[in-house]
Amino acid sequence: MNLPVTNKQGGPPGKSGKWGKHVIEEARGRAFVYFCVLLMVVTIFSIVFFIASRGLTPFISQGVSVKDMLFGLKWKPEGNPPLFGALPFLFGSFVTSVLAALIAAPLGFCASIFMTEIMPKFGRTALQPAIELLAGIPSVVYGFVGLSVVVPFLRDVFPGQGIGILAGAIVLSVMILPTVTTIGTDALRSLPSGLKEGSYALGATRWQTIYRLILPTALPSLLTGVVLGIARAFGEALAVQMVIGNAPHIPRSLFESATTLTSIITLEMGNTTSGSLHNNALWSLALILLLMTFLFVFVVRMLERRVKR
Amino acid sequence: MRAKTVDRIATAIIICVAGFIMLVLAALLGYLLVRGLKHISFDFLTSAPQAIKVGGGIGPQLFNSLFLLVLTMIITVPLGIGAGIYMSEYAKDNKLTAFIRLIVEVLSSFPSIVIGLFGLLVIVNTFGFGYSLLSGALALTVFNLPMMVRLTEQSLRNVPKEQKEAGLALGLSRWKTISSIMIPVALPSIVTGSILAAGRVFGEAAALLFTAGMSSPRLDFTNWNPLSPTSPLNPMRPAETLAVHIWKINSEGLAPDAPEIAAGASAVLVIMVLLFNLGARWFGRVVYRKLTASK
Amino acid sequence: MKGDFFEMKMKKTLLTTLALAFAFSLAACGNNDNNSNAGSNNSSSGAAVSGQVIAVGSSALQPLAQGVADKFMAEDAYKNVSVTVQAGGSGTGLSQVSDGQADIGNSDIFAEEKLDADKSAELIDHKVAVVAMAAVVHKDVGVDNLTKQQLVDIFTGKATNWKDVGGADQAIVIVNRPSSSGTRATFEAFALGTKTEDLQGSIQEDSSGTVKKLVAETPGAIGYLALSYLDDSIVALNYEGVEPTTDNVTTNAYPVWAYEHMYTKGEPSAAAKAYLDYIMSDAVQNGDVVEQGFVPVSSMKVDRDAEGNVTNK
Repeated sequence: MNLPVTNKQGGPPGKSGKWGKHVIEEARGRAFVYFCVLLMVVTIFSIVFFIASRGLTPFISQGVSVKDMLFGLKWKPEGNPPLFGALPFLFGSFVTSVLAALIAAPLGFCASIFMTEIMPKFGRTALQPAIELLAGIPSVVYGFVGLSVVVPFLRDVFPGQGIGILAGAIVLSVMILPTVTTIGTDALRSLPSGLKEGSYALGATRWQTIYRLILPTALPSLLTGVVLGIARAFGEALAVQMVIGNAPHIPRSLFESATTLTSIITLEMGNTTSGSLHNNALWSLALILLLMTFLFVFVVRMLERRVKR
Repeated sequence: MRAKTVDRIATAIIICVAGFIMLVLAALLGYLLVRGLKHISFDFLTSAPQAIKVGGGIGPQLFNSLFLLVLTMIITVPLGIGAGIYMSEYAKDNKLTAFIRLIVEVLSSFPSIVIGLFGLLVIVNTFGFGYSLLSGALALTVFNLPMMVRLTEQSLRNVPKEQKEAGLALGLSRWKTISSIMIPVALPSIVTGSILAAGRVFGEAAALLFTAGMSSPRLDFTNWNPLSPTSPLNPMRPAETLAVHIWKINSEGLAPDAPEIAAGASAVLVIMVLLFNLGARWFGRVVYRKLTASK
Repeated sequence: MKGDFFEMKMKKTLLTTLALAFAFSLAACGNNDNNSNAGSNNSSSGAAVSGQVIAVGSSALQPLAQGVADKFMAEDAYKNVSVTVQAGGSGTGLSQVSDGQADIGNSDIFAEEKLDADKSAELIDHKVAVVAMAAVVHKDVGVDNLTKQQLVDIFTGKATNWKDVGGADQAIVIVNRPSSSGTRATFEAFALGTKTEDLQGSIQEDSSGTVKKLVAETPGAIGYLALSYLDDSIVALNYEGVEPTTDNVTTNAYPVWAYEHMYTKGEPSAAAKAYLDYIMSDAVQNGDVVEQGFVPVSSMKVDRDAEGNVTNK
């Protein structure tokens, strides 16, 4: 197999040909990969540029102040004068996604521990595929189930209409469970086994080992999973919009209609004409979403730096 | 003794939670399948939807979903593999590489609705592609690309060093070593990963609402000329995928059997995702066995 | 050998990608050509019409527009015309037709209400149907008629319990539309006569299906829906004692209705004109339009302009 190759490469004749072929081949390959990377870089810059170009217009030329948007409580785009207070949406997005993470994190951690420490074999063959499947279920289906099952359930059990932040958080928590669990499991698996064995050798029980040793050591990685989960919940649109109610107010309870950044965008984008102040204000909300993504990535990086140390 | 009791209680709780998660999943799947399976028939899967009458199907939507998937993968896979090769083989350990790595990370965490809006603004309106399959595929490429890049990079890193060095020692160029030695070795994990990534395309709706559109023009399944507007293969036609169709009939469905269609379509969607997951695992195993056994 | 094979494959993939990209661009160009040629070709020959029509906008109008488009394209005379109907909201429809990306902009409301005056002046309005809407409530609220004042009280938050308006002792849950919605604009203009704010705790949903589901399931809920969405799961209310029926709409006795508009920028191309004429034909107006729960424009005994002034025909 190799012989003809070496002959061709090493043979004295056709020196220029050999070099030419190699160089061209290499150059073409390089050109291809550079092109791919460049395309990615261009894509991200154009995303930021285009969304910012629309999203900054209300502040630059349409007389909306950044402060009014970030801290205003009233969203009245059709009012006179129009008001663009996005605080209720920011509040809704934050509370819903953090609450979802609070529900998903303990479940995810338990699942990770179960898969790594208690029943690794069953975990790998049954629980892990099951959780990965949760990640594959489309968000529209989650919204549909949320509206048909979670909302009526909450309506019967708690005061209120069932719709609201808690309904959104429950739906989201199931959606982000795979993220939290998968990253947690990877982190626990990658711990040096000597750590655990040492603890057992000292006579510690399994729970003591988990609680005193494994969890603290793996905490930054586990938190990375949680932050990524929050990031995903923050950006989820359709499932949340179907169950949260979309009233542009800060709700007085978890069972009262509220709004998130994503749901107000999906709700109103199609009803507004491009270039209008209302439409541009929605782009500003999209820009806020974009900036939040940067923030989440930043937090994840900080956590990862701690893991490395 | 007390430590042991605590240990037992803790273990029991963890097992209960794990069981609870399995239960949630089982209930979720059960709910979707029980409600949906009875509406699934050959006719349902192949006939066109009806606006106001009973008995509409999801044929075009199913086709659109699959076709969009193929289009997206045709664009994503070469680009993703290319960028992945760069990250694992050509990138030097410097600021630029760190920056590109950051970009991949940011790109992968963009909310799909932001990508959808970007698609609406740039691909649909500025490029003038209109609401079309191609616009949808490009938007989906944006958020499948980072996944593909990471996947390729990791798979290439897992290729034994000796194999790469052997290639270089033979006097092969770097590109040749990568394309003829390393990629084939990394192929099984790349393929498995891309199938899983493809499954995501199937379920995406938010980005597609703004790019591929919410309506499906009449399709003529006997017309396979990609330039004709009624041809199913025309990438410039607007297309409603299965996930978007569920969204639409839930929101505006006028047909009397809309809830049943939504349930049936959801079940089909879940089954497809299931098949993708199982398929990816199975394919990965088969390829792995073939590669390790035969050569 | 295997490696070479793979590389070949990769080249092939690349080539395929390029080829496809090429085909796409061709297709794109082809479409544009069709568009620009359609008008001139056909107006001169007067024979079979051909070309492409893209209609974008209102999701309420989309099923009708699509249904009619399918029939239209099945006709022999129009088999070379391709009509694409796209939902996306009235606002999107108006901006796309105004910017020339779409040939027809579907809208639930007059363009004057959404676009700047100079932009809306360029658009030609084709009123293709009338949509009427009714206030709907959950079955158990014990009310079947509301006056204008009662509705205003409910939607401004003055009345918070059904017993305030003569119903059961049950808290009122408002299922509204987003403030940008055309349906809401119509309801506010002709049922309430005033703009309202989104109240704390009210629900805002853009889609008729979700509104219907929520009203049907939530005790004490009130919302409003186009007549085509009414069924047994909810109760449609009379307005000031007038039942929401087609007959009452045509005489404006029941005033909560609006036109469905198809806007074109300037005069429509031959293909678009053929399609618009087809919608306005009696067969479609008395067929599809009625079947989908709209009221035919021709049967209206009154006219209404953008300011809401009603005149008898």
